[in-house]
Amino acid sequence: MALDDQKSVFKFVGTRPDRPDGLDKVTGRAKFGADAYAAGMLHGAILRSPHAHARIVKIDASKAEAHPDVKAVVTRADFSDKVEFKPGLAGEFWNVLENVMAGEKALYDGHAVAAVAATSALAARDALKLIEVEYEVLPHVTDVDKAMVADAPVIREGASDYSVPEGLHPNVVRYHESGHGDVEAGFGEADLVIEDSFTTEATHQGYIEPHACLASLGGDGKGELWCTTQGHWIAQKTCAALLGIETAQLRVTASEIGGGFGGKTTVFIEPVALALSRKANRPVKIVMSRSEVFRATGPTSSASMDIKIGMKKDGTITAAEGIFRLQGGAFPGAPGDMTAMCAFAPYDLTNVRQVGYDVMANRPKQAAYRAPGAPMGAFAVESVLDELCNQLGLDPLDVRLKNAAHDGSKASYGPTYDQIGLVKTLEEAKAHPHYSAPLKPGQGRGISCGFWFNHGGETSVSLALSGDGSAQLMVGTPDIGGSRASMALMAAEVLGIPYENIRVTVADTATLGYNDVSHGSRVTYASGLATIKAAKHAVEKLCERAATKWGIPVDAVKWEDGCAVPSGPNAGDFDPLPLADITANMGATGGPISGHFEATPEGAGVSFGTHIVDAEVDPETGKTAITRYTVIQDAGKAIHPAYVEGQYQGGAAQGIGWALNEEYIYGEDGRLQNSIFLDYRIPVASDLPMIDTVIVEVPNPGHPFGVRGVGETGIVPPLAAIANAVSNAAGVRMRDLPMSPPRILAALKSGDG
Amino acid sequence: MTVKVHLWSGLRALTGEQAVVEVEAATIGDMLRELVRLHPALQAPIDAGVSVSVDGRIMASDLTAPVAAENEIYLMQRLRGG
Repeated sequence: MALDDQKSVFKFVGTRPDRPDGLDKVTGRAKFGADAYAAGMLHGAILRSPHAHARIVKIDASKAEAHPDVKAVVTRADFSDKVEFKPGLAGEFWNVLENVMAGEKALYDGHAVAAVAATSALAARDALKLIEVEYEVLPHVTDVDKAMVADAPVIREGASDYSVPEGLHPNVVRYHESGHGDVEAGFGEADLVIEDSFTTEATHQGYIEPHACLASLGGDGKGELWCTTQGHWIAQKTCAALLGIETAQLRVTASEIGGGFGGKTTVFIEPVALALSRKANRPVKIVMSRSEVFRATGPTSSASMDIKIGMKKDGTITAAEGIFRLQGGAFPGAPGDMTAMCAFAPYDLTNVRQVGYDVMANRPKQAAYRAPGAPMGAFAVESVLDELCNQLGLDPLDVRLKNAAHDGSKASYGPTYDQIGLVKTLEEAKAHPHYSAPLKPGQGRGISCGFWFNHGGETSVSLALSGDGSAQLMVGTPDIGGSRASMALMAAEVLGIPYENIRVTVADTATLGYNDVSHGSRVTYASGLATIKAAKHAVEKLCERAATKWGIPVDAVKWEDGCAVPSGPNAGDFDPLPLADITANMGATGGPISGHFEATPEGAGVSFGTHIVDAEVDPETGKTAITRYTVIQDAGKAIHPAYVEGQYQGGAAQGIGWALNEEYIYGEDGRLQNSIFLDYRIPVASDLPMIDTVIVEVPNPGHPFGVRGVGETGIVPPLAAIANAVSNAAGVRMRDLPMSPPRILAALKSGDG
Repeated sequence: MTVKVHLWSGLRALTGEQAVVEVEAATIGDMLRELVRLHPALQAPIDAGVSVSVDGRIMASDLTAPVAAENEIYLMQRLRGG
């Protein structure tokens, strides 16, 4: 059911004003993670394991500690011993602690084992060489399928939670199974059943700004932390637990952020900098190198998947089954459950079964990456759908339309869908000139649908009016996608004052109530909803002041176009009272006027998209060029359409990298072979075509303006759409990502991907 | 009032193969408590984190949200985003 007061006609929402952070960013005035300095500041550096799996027999830091430039050395002993190990995700603080500083074992190449603080960055790096670590090297495993076989090295006994059936390897730490109907009966009704297997490699979120922080923690347990993060409250809570201090005594400020994409939703260097600062009694700054970012911060999971889908000759899907094995590094957390729940979600299926495995291997702890888990599943499922269409001679868009989930469909993960926009994206795709444009020889076209849940989460917003009628809005969700602009637009819509008169600030943890991380495509939805409610709270007070001035009841006053006005002819004859006229005297008419909202909004609304891709494969080199790309996605309501288009284009661009080039390459020794951008190839501007976008708006019933999150769904369809385009161009089915030139050449040579 | 809670199939091993569990509850918080009272093995998945879908609207964490006999209720794994 839609909110009673859902708005559909707008003055400011839907316009494209200049971004409020633009000047700061182009002039260098914006302060990112590495831009903070403090008097007496030391520089931290972290010693990392060169082994994929090794017992730490002994750490001798005496030579480093004796060096005059070194002011502190920390190991695991310098963190709280109260953090409890629990199976699965129940012990996530322990998992994070074990990741930021190894305990008994180094679990992957790049795992932190010790850290130093010294008088300069160079001195700190040099001092690492003075720390002697004795390792007992253990057998390792980095491949998800190999990590599940009986003789695979066990990474950690006891990490499996309640969900794992008996008989599976201890590296399988979580298990998910869901679905409905009878898949075997469904396969029996099909005219064609295709069963196939697929793999994707781990990719990094690839944010341009490396992790960086400045920490100060005194012996009194009071601390300050400046860091680049998607969520400074979770950083505060986690660091406090890992350091054994009270949460409220640690004030965390989020810097300007140079990309996150899910990878900055946890902590890596921040607890280490705090521990060094506590020991040295001086502020400590740590800035990761790019190699450290690749080796020791979260890439996404790698995946191995088996898909079976049955279809009738008319394109009706009769049954679908997927087994999804996701590797998440040496810790629980690979989103096999999310992959399973999202994989078939675009389709209205009578018979469906999905199984997800969370598997540990000797790799860095995976971190979320835009719609975590969903892109891999979509790649596998939509590839099989494409192959079914090819073999049955059916149009791939018609088949998707025929099977598309719609309002009232039972989702593959269980519940019945409310108001959703998938069919509209497919209809827009079919009507788009791209879909009917002729292809040149050597080119292929692919399409794919994609789904993501979206999220609400704990949210606090505060809005304060100034005497001159301008407004300050304080939010707690770091701006990773233009949220300051969209918040200002939503506040302007309610207050009726210009966008330019509203300044939005990302407040620190001491200034505002708790806020969840900027993740789950939740910011425009949840902080936006809270902004609207906070602005309405302020408007109530403005109306009260007008009612007092006019001597009429407050319910005889309404707010219209930035002014208090009588609610009807019976309320009296008064000229409209502008906001600035009320705030000019607010100190003498009852005090400052502010609005607040604190809640956990629970109506994020799921989101769907459809992508169309043209690809051209060079048969001599195996290189793929993406020649045309169109993204069609439901935004519910686009608050600032240019930012929405940017999210769509960014998802496609990152998906192109994931599909064609990006991968974590491990040697036989379990060491990462390509930990710099020269060897790990993300797309650059010259690799990309203009990415066209179509914003579909099927309002989310759970938001006052109809907003659905848009940040994540855009990366779900690209892997599949590109794989289908490349497979159709090359004439062979590509089953493994990335589709790098050597892999495509090999497929062309063998005649089978 | 009695509400019907649909479980994902991986949980059926913890409920004697029941796919739908009926409990007396007026809120999501009541519902989760009753589920554990009837099937103590459900404590582990609930502790690990669950979301609840009420008529297709996914409640990530609100224990106070009302539930009623006419609602379609699904227990889901807690959602995580990027």
